[in-house]
Amino acid sequence: MANDVWVYIEHKDGAVTPMSFELLGIGKTLADGFGSNLCAFVIGEGVDAIAKEAGTYGASKVIAVDAGVFKGFRADAYAKAAAFLFDKYKPGVALFRATSQGTDIAAAAAAQLGSGICSDAIGLAVDGGKLKMTKAAFGGNYTVTVVNEKSQPQIATVRPKAFAMPVQDASKSAEVVKESFVVDEGSLNTKVLEFIKSAVAINLVEADIIVSGGRGLGNPEGFALLKELAEVIGGGVGASRAAVDSGWISVEHQVGQTGKTVKPKIYIACGISGAIQHLAGMRTSDCIVAINKDPDAPIFKAATFGIVGDYKQVVPKLVEKFKGKLGK
Amino acid sequence: MKIVACIKQVPDTEAEVKWDIPGGKLKRDAMDSITNPFDEFALEEALLTRENHDGEIVAISMGPEKAMDVLRNCLALTVNEVKLCTDPAFEGSDTFATASVLAAAIKKLGDVDIVFCGKQSTDGNTGVVGAAMASILGWSQLTYVSKIRSIDAAGKKIVVERAIEGGTEVVEAKLPAVVSVLKGINEPRLPNLMGIRKASKMEIPQWNAADLGIDTGKVGTAGASTKVVEIAVPPPRGAGEILKGEIEEIANTLTDKLIDMKVIK
Repeated sequence: MANDVWVYIEHKDGAVTPMSFELLGIGKTLADGFGSNLCAFVIGEGVDAIAKEAGTYGASKVIAVDAGVFKGFRADAYAKAAAFLFDKYKPGVALFRATSQGTDIAAAAAAQLGSGICSDAIGLAVDGGKLKMTKAAFGGNYTVTVVNEKSQPQIATVRPKAFAMPVQDASKSAEVVKESFVVDEGSLNTKVLEFIKSAVAINLVEADIIVSGGRGLGNPEGFALLKELAEVIGGGVGASRAAVDSGWISVEHQVGQTGKTVKPKIYIACGISGAIQHLAGMRTSDCIVAINKDPDAPIFKAATFGIVGDYKQVVPKLVEKFKGKLGK
Repeated sequence: MKIVACIKQVPDTEAEVKWDIPGGKLKRDAMDSITNPFDEFALEEALLTRENHDGEIVAISMGPEKAMDVLRNCLALTVNEVKLCTDPAFEGSDTFATASVLAAAIKKLGDVDIVFCGKQSTDGNTGVVGAAMASILGWSQLTYVSKIRSIDAAGKKIVVERAIEGGTEVVEAKLPAVVSVLKGINEPRLPNLMGIRKASKMEIPQWNAADLGIDTGKVGTAGASTKVVEIAVPPPRGAGEILKGEIEEIANTLTDKLIDMKVIK
């Protein structure tokens, strides 16, 4: 149907997390706005359980492409399957999470259809029968809203956690349609040799709590204190560009315009001055705590709670209090 | 090997952004500009690849004439050749149109083995042009690359590490490939004075839509599938509360407030 809203369900070698179904929440809102249907689509090998689970998160229909060649994500294979489905069913909108996988397949599938995409959307709304897609530009210092009246489907990747999770309802189910589409292995360009799990346990983009450090830590040892606090409260460790460029912590921890964009419920910034490039990556956090010696640091203008003081004294005190109150 | 580095000129991340509001475009000419920070890693990876495997590097850019500056920087860093894809018709291009123009330039160069680009730009932040180029060219699409493990030019193969959610994926791919790289893959070098002097006198060859065989109706504002309808500044976060008092008291108050949010378990 011309206005149906499709949501891509991502998985890692057949494994899903609740976040895989995240976009079925906003997808339902948009489908209601259009008076159309919400469909999920999943590509992989042995994806019956995933297809079924999508129904419990609100999809009324699930299209599944299931074949051996789709075992493990490969952008070229998956994009061909997505482009096939779009051509056959002609949905109005297709949403992907703005993760590495979602971005890879959305970009390649859109290119095969000859259309542009809105990437990393933070706002989606139906207005006068049109889909308005809002994204951050210049690392969040501006928002740009676009419409796409030329493409079918209109493709957007959506920033993780930009919209509320849909509520799972085990009593709901969807009609599952299997599509027997395959691609020839010989026509594919890539082969995954292995996957090495990261030693960093927490994915900052999905983290609810982040303890972050900047130039004001003064030395790499400062991060040991921050790690201790993060462990006590179950958070990940972030860093400003200055700390990463000083070689105090690896780049996968960097938050900001040239690092990750995060949206935790609690962001504790220690020794971070709050340059716009850093704020760009964390300004939409629910609660920001700033700890900085300089009372004029711009970070205090964005902070929910500010503490003017030395993190070397404040952080151990917080660890002590949390341990006591949380019974750890 | 023939190596291409895709370089974008972006407004200085410190500079004031100037918009052409009715057009929904940036006034690129009116702003201080720099090389997109992510592209510095792409260029460095191209230089390292040339050192290890021989060959030549062509740096390409799409943008206004002013984008010559970023290509001149590439020349100062000793790339063999540069091409600026510039045409008034390219202005306002969306992700697909941009990828199409760059893909057309890469095809015109001919016999390219590997294309390096940055993960994303700091102005548009789309992060999809590399992947879209690979799809248009039908080449290997290698994104989020944190390390090149090996390149077998004769066997037309490359093995890379991709830093994705939860870990590192090791991928073997056919060449030619489009490789978009992450910050941290290398330490970009700076040009030396002699390089800068030499580059300042060099001519920057330009390719327009006709040179590239591009239908001007399909690129730029005319061809863009997405149209900007609004540009806004997000509301500032209200400044919050500064907790005052002795450190003991402050830590007590803050931990209470945070525990009350019921996020910490």
